[in-house]
Amino acid sequence: MSRIEVQGLWKSYGDRVVLERVSLVIEPGSLVAIVGASGCGKSTFLRILLGSERPSRGRVLLDGAPLPAEPGPDRGIVFQRYTVFPHLSVLDNVVLGLEFGKSRLLGRLFGARRQQAREKAAAILARVGLGHVLDAWPHQLSGGMQQRLALAQALIVEPRILLLDEPFGALDPGIRAEARALLLELWAEREMTVVMVTHDLAEAFQLGTRVLVFDKVRRDPQVPERYGATVTYDLPGYNRFRPRLERPLPHASLPATGGF
Amino acid sequence: MRLINRRPSREAALLLAVVPFVLLLLLYLWASAARLADNPADKLLPWPSAIIEQVRVLALEPDRRTGDVLLWSDTAASLARLALGLALATVVAALVGIAIGLVPLVGALLSYFVAALAMIPPLAILPILLILLGTGEASKVGLVALGTAPVMIRDLALRVRALPEELIIKAQTLGASSWQLALRIVWPMAAPRLVDALRLQLGPAWLFLIAAEAIAATEGLGYRIFLVRRYLAMDIILPYVAWITLLAFASDRLLALLSRRLFPWAQPRA
Repeated sequence: MSRIEVQGLWKSYGDRVVLERVSLVIEPGSLVAIVGASGCGKSTFLRILLGSERPSRGRVLLDGAPLPAEPGPDRGIVFQRYTVFPHLSVLDNVVLGLEFGKSRLLGRLFGARRQQAREKAAAILARVGLGHVLDAWPHQLSGGMQQRLALAQALIVEPRILLLDEPFGALDPGIRAEARALLLELWAEREMTVVMVTHDLAEAFQLGTRVLVFDKVRRDPQVPERYGATVTYDLPGYNRFRPRLERPLPHASLPATGGF
Repeated sequence: MRLINRRPSREAALLLAVVPFVLLLLLYLWASAARLADNPADKLLPWPSAIIEQVRVLALEPDRRTGDVLLWSDTAASLARLALGLALATVVAALVGIAIGLVPLVGALLSYFVAALAMIPPLAILPILLILLGTGEASKVGLVALGTAPVMIRDLALRVRALPEELIIKAQTLGASSWQLALRIVWPMAAPRLVDALRLQLGPAWLFLIAAEAIAATEGLGYRIFLVRRYLAMDIILPYVAWITLLAFASDRLLALLSRRLFPWAQPRA
């Protein structure tokens, strides 16, 4: 579980400002849902937390230390598409995370250590309901199963923060509900902070302990790219289940930050 | 029914595929017969029976001068050069192509250099190879390797750059170092494309090989063709050309089969 602190964040590409004046604190163990219109910069914000994009101004602190400038095993990610490796079986997709950490030279485990890793991976795959397809290729799985595989893959390295970029956006409604329930269970079981981007408002409130709305507060009709989006609403979600928090979350009672 | 909606049955498709080959054969037989009628000693378009007799001699009887059975010794020499040259090119393409595609610093260093190398007509550097490496095997293997490697490097580098960024990021969040990422993610995902690139380079590789053998060799399929050209020995040249075509076609099919076996995950959904 990690505390994320965002201070005076701006992100622009040339003259196009995407995010401006974003300042917020994400408490350890919370499940933050970020919503907003298409192109409002919510995915850019997530990629900054991930480390694959850098802020133009401002800084992001992870437990008080500056965020590393590249992705790492402390922050897991599940994307909407291209989430799993097509050339590895379901089991090997998950074993991979254990192999990278334990075998620097080959990135591959052998013998007893491999068996140990396979058992650990199989256990987590059983947990997400994929225990029966360990040897399948990812392209043989349905979209919902692929996303569950991506979750298992991200969780095996026990990230302190799990980032989700519209993880259920491409799924059928019934499957989507199952996947949401699974995410809630996994979040409740583990000591991790979750930040999820979605365009589905109902999903955001259903899953989130906190919902952030990204939008532009300043607009120039002639030059729409002049101003970026920021946090316009900061609301508590309907998710009241905070199993591992020693103290109540302070943000729930605070007024919205970042807006006018 | 519109022409574009008329589809041949399996049998009809096979029959249609054979038609151009048969037409070509008939055309040859007609032209050969016409020339032989004018001059029974004509050498330019020999009748098939003469060609078959010549092939029998080439494939079964040892040469009086060297004691080798020419067709097989030529084939072995050419295939060895081709395989060695292509193997070199493939290994270099795998290493350099992945490095250029995956590591921006290496890309900045080498991608324009390789692009410039790829623009050099390989046959123009054959004299340089002959001067530097001599007229032995090295210059012929070298021409095949130098002629095919730059294209394969560029192809693989483009392929690596086109891998979904999400997968590269995902591997980093699982703790992969640059080296581990190259070894466990990028290399296996780029390998099917490398086999495809190799298949596409088979044609150019044969071209470079035969050109090199034509200029300086003592055996080989290309050497033989250019040697007997002096005697207008079409009864040797024609079967040799057909044999080379067959070898090239077979190696292409073999690589396609290998690719399907090695990379079952890369096949389109059945």
